[in-house]
Amino acid sequence: MICLKDVEKVYRTEEIETLALSGINLEIGEGEFVSVMGPSGSGKSTLLNVIGLLDEPSKGTVWLAGQSIEALPDREQARIRNRQVGFIFQTFHLINDLDVIDNVEIPLLYRRMPSSERRALALKALERVGLASRVRHFPSQLSGGQQQRVAIARAIVGQPRILLADEPTGNLDSQMGEEIMSILTGLNEDEKTTIIMVTHDSRLAERTERIIRLFDGRQVN
Amino acid sequence: MLRNYIKMALKVLRRRPFFTFISLFAIGFTLTVLTISAALIDHTLAPMPPETRLDRTLGIYQLSAKGERIELNTQPGYKLLDRCIRGLPGAEVVTIFSQARSVNSYLDGKKIESHMKRTDGAFWEIMHFDFLEGNPYTEEDERNVNFVAVINARTRREFFGGSPAVGKMIEADGQRFRITGVVVDIPIYRNNPFADIWVPISTSKNDHYRSEFLSGFTGLILAENRAAFPHIRDEYRLRLTQIAMSDLEVPGVDVLLTRPETYYEAASREMLGTPIEKTRTAYLFAFFAGFMILFMLLPTISLININVSRILERASEIGVRKAFGASKSTLIGQFVTENVILTLLGGALAFVASWIILTLFTRAGIVPYAQFSPNLRIFASALGIALFFGVFSGVYPAWKMSRLHPVEALRGKML
Repeated sequence: MICLKDVEKVYRTEEIETLALSGINLEIGEGEFVSVMGPSGSGKSTLLNVIGLLDEPSKGTVWLAGQSIEALPDREQARIRNRQVGFIFQTFHLINDLDVIDNVEIPLLYRRMPSSERRALALKALERVGLASRVRHFPSQLSGGQQQRVAIARAIVGQPRILLADEPTGNLDSQMGEEIMSILTGLNEDEKTTIIMVTHDSRLAERTERIIRLFDGRQVN
Repeated sequence: MLRNYIKMALKVLRRRPFFTFISLFAIGFTLTVLTISAALIDHTLAPMPPETRLDRTLGIYQLSAKGERIELNTQPGYKLLDRCIRGLPGAEVVTIFSQARSVNSYLDGKKIESHMKRTDGAFWEIMHFDFLEGNPYTEEDERNVNFVAVINARTRREFFGGSPAVGKMIEADGQRFRITGVVVDIPIYRNNPFADIWVPISTSKNDHYRSEFLSGFTGLILAENRAAFPHIRDEYRLRLTQIAMSDLEVPGVDVLLTRPETYYEAASREMLGTPIEKTRTAYLFAFFAGFMILFMLLPTISLININVSRILERASEIGVRKAFGASKSTLIGQFVTENVILTLLGGALAFVASWIILTLFTRAGIVPYAQFSPNLRIFASALGIALFFGVFSGVYPAWKMSRLHPVEALRGKML
């Protein structure tokens, strides 16, 4: 499903060169639930960004669903992000000016489909995360846990095969974190969605099938 | 998707009311000036009653008599037009009429100033006047030297207090005419049809005009179709060569330069001051377009700056949209659409403001008989200008937004 070979990511500024990832070789099978752990600055988010085509590796190759993503044009990268990948961010990144259902519809705006179908799919995704009664609320009217559930609904509305969750419970208390984890586990078990989750919480990580540990941009297990 | 864009655009506008006010004011002011300019140009140049068939009308408006020591620019005379345009092949109707001349009338000791135009009967066939009462005089009236007249609504008001005037007598320029018809007021900038009183040419106080080649008259040729223009021009040129320079009664003239021009060719020549023998219609349109672009440049730059600064607020949104599948071109489309919505709002304000200003302008009577009423063409021009402005000022900020790196954008980092 996902394959990284000798992946390296270097951030360069005029003064400094930072090695964010180095020698990453990774294979993640379809339907796997994998967590990525490591101290701050170890390259966890960078790894997720590279897999999700938000960032390009400086070296090495990334395959997604059997397709090399090397040198793909912008439009094709956008299409893969839209069809294959769903993102969940630690800080939710909901658009405050849009209500819940409009936020959830965002990935579907970039597909050709009638608005009625888009609305139906968004409602279904909100039902899946237990927020069908909050469709007309704005993000600022929701709790942190509810906002993250909206973000999950947005990530799954397009039925992507891969979910990339960057510390999805990092901004939540343990009870809400547990709720989010249950939703992710359910998605993995019911829909066979491949999930890669960055977390600092070893208890949550232990509930996934595999833990990838990073230190200073290198894989340590 | 468009609904989403519109929703987003309106939200963004509400987010920073002061920015929005500045943007809308700049857009609204610019578009108001441009819409008013478009309205003035439209009322001056576009086909409208009584000049409804400008597309197949040619006119002899100007003449240049040149010699080694002389250059005389004037209107053609009656004799030249009578010889050169009557019976032209491909012409449906031709008319000869004088320039509108200021004349005085006295009514109960009160002086009334009017503009009088002397025309033939065919004038009323080419021009489609809206008659409030009565009919035009005819070719027969012209032939029989009948002292008949058509007057406009303002003259009827001045002389008869607005009551029916047909059949009544009117005194103008020391002559008395029987009124055959009353037409609506024609504004002064429609030079061909404009007058307050129209009378047959043959009622002139003397018949010197019949022997004059130069000055005082205009000839219009209504062609059967536009395809006939070249034949008409060729035949006119041929007839012109048959006029002996010695007949002009102006010593030293070697050549006469004059040609049938379309309304727009004549307008561009007048406005740009080009010689009669040159056609510069394209220059006129380029001039208007250039004026429009120059005028829009400053507010466009200011709008671009405001838009670019708005990017800073929207970095996270751009990151999210990219993460969920928006390509650069999609984002450019979104932001240009949003900007077009903003400018259309400004355009709507400008259209209302222009409407009010034009109505006040009309009511104030600054230009005699001007009726600057908005019409579909002006609305279309305003819409076109607003769209052009919207796209023009939106593309650069949109392009800049679309180039934001998604990771940086999600972190809220700027360009």
